[in-house]
Amino acid sequence: MLVLLGIAVVVVGFLARINPLVVILTAAIVTGLTGGLGAVETISAFGGAFNDNRYISIVWLVLPVIGLLERAGLQEQARRLISSVRGATTGRLLLAYFFARQVTAALGQTKLGGHPQMVRPLIAPMAEAAAETRHGPIPDATRFRIRSHAAAADNIGLFFGEDIFIAIASILLIKGFLEQNGIIVQPLELSVWAIPTAIVALLVHGTRLVLFDRRIAREVAAGEGDASARSTTSSGAGE
Amino acid sequence: MITLDFVYLLAGLVFAAWAVLSAMDAANPRRWINAGFWGLLAFSFTFGDRLTDFANGLLVIALVILGGIGLGQGQPKTTTPTERAASAERLGAKLFIPALIIPVTALLGTLVLAKIEIGGTPLFDPDDPTLIALGLGVLLAVGVGMALIRPPLMAPVQEGRRLMDAVGWAAILPQMLAALGAVFALAGVGEVVGGLVADTIPMNGPLIGVVTYCLGMALFTIIMGNAFAAFPVMTAAIALPFLIGQFEGDVAIVCAIGMLAGFCGTLMTPMAANFNVVPANLLELPDRNRMLNGVIRAQIPTALIMLVANMALMYFLAF
Repeated sequence: MLVLLGIAVVVVGFLARINPLVVILTAAIVTGLTGGLGAVETISAFGGAFNDNRYISIVWLVLPVIGLLERAGLQEQARRLISSVRGATTGRLLLAYFFARQVTAALGQTKLGGHPQMVRPLIAPMAEAAAETRHGPIPDATRFRIRSHAAAADNIGLFFGEDIFIAIASILLIKGFLEQNGIIVQPLELSVWAIPTAIVALLVHGTRLVLFDRRIAREVAAGEGDASARSTTSSGAGE
Repeated sequence: MITLDFVYLLAGLVFAAWAVLSAMDAANPRRWINAGFWGLLAFSFTFGDRLTDFANGLLVIALVILGGIGLGQGQPKTTTPTERAASAERLGAKLFIPALIIPVTALLGTLVLAKIEIGGTPLFDPDDPTLIALGLGVLLAVGVGMALIRPPLMAPVQEGRRLMDAVGWAAILPQMLAALGAVFALAGVGEVVGGLVADTIPMNGPLIGVVTYCLGMALFTIIMGNAFAAFPVMTAAIALPFLIGQFEGDVAIVCAIGMLAGFCGTLMTPMAANFNVVPANLLELPDRNRMLNGVIRAQIPTALIMLVANMALMYFLAF
């Protein structure tokens, strides 16, 4: 039971808004010590695992490419592109991206999206530009809500698409776990049962994205009378 | 054979360049902290495998201290909005080419390059073809971008530093959480949680079992930040003995949908840093340091509806 203190440290640390790096390291040390590991052993376990998981941080290698292209006007070009598409709205654009993300993830191509590669340089600026083309200047709160929804579309599309692919990590994990418990299932038997959830996700989140356009229109109308709430420049995510 | 080590070396060089340029950036009042932080990461990527686990642990502690003090925001020279608009006018859709090179290379890498063999040895390490292709794609995209845009030579590194400083210490948050998960596993946290749930909830029918399993998957994922960590624990504690053993539910359906119930938890937690915290930093949201930042708040309604939907699907399809 004492070993659960580490979880308490995480919860309290996040609630108290202490720097998450400090919270996580403290939680790891508390968990190690209460779980019967020594101090040196705990630090070694944490350090070893940190080193083994360096591949997670490889994604930052794309920043020089994205930064270089932003310098040359990538976000502006993304805005120009979307402004020229008649009938484009924030909700419809995000719905199209969400659906494309779901389908490509279902085909195993999870690397085709992502926050540094797609959302920051392309999807978020396009979603903002679609709202600006339609409504003119938009309040800052709305701008940040649009950006948040751009990131959300990427995550939700990925999560409720990828499990349809038979060779994705989570399907292989389930297969491996069941094998250890003496149950043999084929990846395909598992992945087909991700399809009903994927369809419900498309309906649920698709509806929310369609309704999102109305919310933007409402917020812009509410911000109209209050000039201080309006942002007069169409500054991008880079500013 | 090209292995992940080459990509780590490349990352080490890029972080080292960011450390040096940070140190030279007089506009950043905390430039030495930035230099130290990115420098330690460069060291980790380059020499991490030659250090003992304990030395790696000390390196992490140093990173946490610097990150805890707080990094500053570097001010590399970049273009003005007017210059960017003019450049977009001039280059047009060609600007998308380098951006598309990275995913296309990753795609080709997994589908084609991973299968190439030279004299019996594979060209790519078969364990990580996607990450190696990502590294290759970045090099290719920088090359094409430089030829297209013709900026100053240091532009990719400096512009990359501008974005990296916007992310700041959160850059290593996903890696830190993965390491915390390893310590949790070593100390047996999962077994204790699983036992606790199984002992306190009376399993007197498939419905209560389904609700407990799905809710347990989501809640434990919220704590761990990762459905993969929750799955073995909750499935062993609830799904195998009760849903599948006692109530004879279909094993494939229960497990497949159980994992997806866990994903609903991933959408609601700052512990899933690479999905929920990193984008808030990249998009420079004003509430990025709050527990429930804008990205998480945008996801919660869908996540809750999907959690209930997964319970219903599991109950009606598996029983």
